[in-house]
Amino acid sequence: MFFILITGLLLGGTYALIAMGLNLQYGVARIMNLANGEMLVAGGFAAFWVYTAGQVSPIAALIVVAPVAFVVNWLIYRIMLRPLVKRAKSRGALEVDSILATFGLSFALVGIMSWMFGGGYFNYSYLAQRVDIFGSSYGQNRVVAFSIASLIAAGLWLWLSYTRAGLRMRAVAVSPESARLVGIDVTAVSALAFGLGGAVTATGGALISMFFTLDASVGVLFTMKALIIVIMGGVGDIRGTIVAALILGIAETFVARVIDPGLTLAAAYVLFLGILLFRPQGLFGKKPT
Amino acid sequence: MSTRDIRNLILSALAFGVVALLPFYDTGYILSIATTMAMFTVLATSWALFSGPTHYISLATAAFFGLGTFVTGYGFQTMPYWSLPMIAAVLGAGLAGLVGMVTLRLSGVYFVIFTLGLAELVRQLVTWVQNRTGQRGMYVLTSITESHIYWQLLGMAALVFLVGWLIGRSRLGFALRIIGNDETVAKHSGINTALAKVLLFMVSGAAAATVGAMLAPRYIYIEPSTAFAPLLSFQVVIMALLGGTGRLWGPLAGVIPFTLLWEFISRHAPNQTLLLLGLAFLLIVYVLPGGVVGLQARLKRRFGQGGH
Repeated sequence: MFFILITGLLLGGTYALIAMGLNLQYGVARIMNLANGEMLVAGGFAAFWVYTAGQVSPIAALIVVAPVAFVVNWLIYRIMLRPLVKRAKSRGALEVDSILATFGLSFALVGIMSWMFGGGYFNYSYLAQRVDIFGSSYGQNRVVAFSIASLIAAGLWLWLSYTRAGLRMRAVAVSPESARLVGIDVTAVSALAFGLGGAVTATGGALISMFFTLDASVGVLFTMKALIIVIMGGVGDIRGTIVAALILGIAETFVARVIDPGLTLAAAYVLFLGILLFRPQGLFGKKPT
Repeated sequence: MSTRDIRNLILSALAFGVVALLPFYDTGYILSIATTMAMFTVLATSWALFSGPTHYISLATAAFFGLGTFVTGYGFQTMPYWSLPMIAAVLGAGLAGLVGMVTLRLSGVYFVIFTLGLAELVRQLVTWVQNRTGQRGMYVLTSITESHIYWQLLGMAALVFLVGWLIGRSRLGFALRIIGNDETVAKHSGINTALAKVLLFMVSGAAAATVGAMLAPRYIYIEPSTAFAPLLSFQVVIMALLGGTGRLWGPLAGVIPFTLLWEFISRHAPNQTLLLLGLAFLLIVYVLPGGVVGLQARLKRRFGQGGH
């Protein structure tokens, strides 16, 4: 039981990072990014490629992966999504447009990635030794991935909570209209948030690829999980995202170990269903008045 | 009924009659493509019945479709064949009702996310049950030929068009159009918005499940991973949106070109079908919002022909 709890927490920590990326994109930039999972897979691919081709540690690869993902996502926002924001008449219209556009992007990315890397699974063995915690042993790569994910998540939280740039971002998340009134460049902040979200997600992908077998089309599964976490924690709520990610990690590990490893999505759905029925505003969200 | 309605009805009946003669001309490749088109016509049109007026994007088609194929797979030996599509319809409507009740009282985003994983969820559950009972995929060996499937689908298409036409004229259709324009207004004018949406979603779920039940004999061998392939949902969305959901015939205008294109690409560059799908989505958002129907409306306005 204790073993399941720790394994779940380790998994949940990485999920938290991925969901934080999505939350920045959805909460601040107001773009429901369904190509988020593909960004994750691309990050994983990059780590895989760097490790197998150059024997460079996937952790060192983050120094390149994160900035590249930032630039790519920033450009995606400026070129693809900004026109949609501009032409949208309502929040609902923007949602439909961005869902369709990012679905398009997602399929195009899967197509390109399976063309570049083939359709097969890919994984590599990095830090595959075991490490003992409280009498049970865990994969070292999982522990390392969790630690790095926690560091980045903590840094992001501090940055959002205590810096001016973070404050601007939170202001846009709460209300873009009012943020504009106090002199915040909403477009620039949104683009920054979207780029940052993409970078965080790709980092999560590189971390998860250390212990998880990925393939070109697995992205949608991660998008799904990240969306469930964001909704469960409440859109725009970092604390909620972290708690929800840990809950999902534990629930998934529990179902995989105790019932059947093929039912992980079902576990996520049970949580999702509970949220939809009882707290649609998220765990820490306030009821809309 | 106005004379216009009667004229349209007669023209549609004639068109169906002509299309139904196809198996006498060819039972090979052309019929196989036509069957695929008929399948997507039913799926896309019934999808648009719900998503057109409400603007809710449903990605659940594959879940209903898979459910239908499994009904035929389990039932074709023990039950009369004609009853299977009906059982599938009832189950499809039931599943849609459940999903709708949970998600449709909330905003559209929850609905998209929930339906996005629904096919995969049902697949996992079915696989799990099969593993526990020690069962694998199953063979559906029947005397049903491609021509029979084709005629069944045509009948189903006619039914869906008829239902769509009736809904468009009914109070339910009127209510849905108001919901699609402004849900708050709809609520304030006393429309039970959640109920209207759930009812329509059930219609579209029933239709997709029926199509699955009809098509099961075509696949011969059924297993969860092929029956619940999530790609189907996206193909249906793309075809309906390419055609446009503003009119009943809209999806048809997307189904025909896209099926041909898909067929061509999967023959010559099978790895590029996903790229095609992605580009088609982007095309709809950036170039063709409203699909062919929207384009036609814009052209009409520009050249000032055909008064409405």
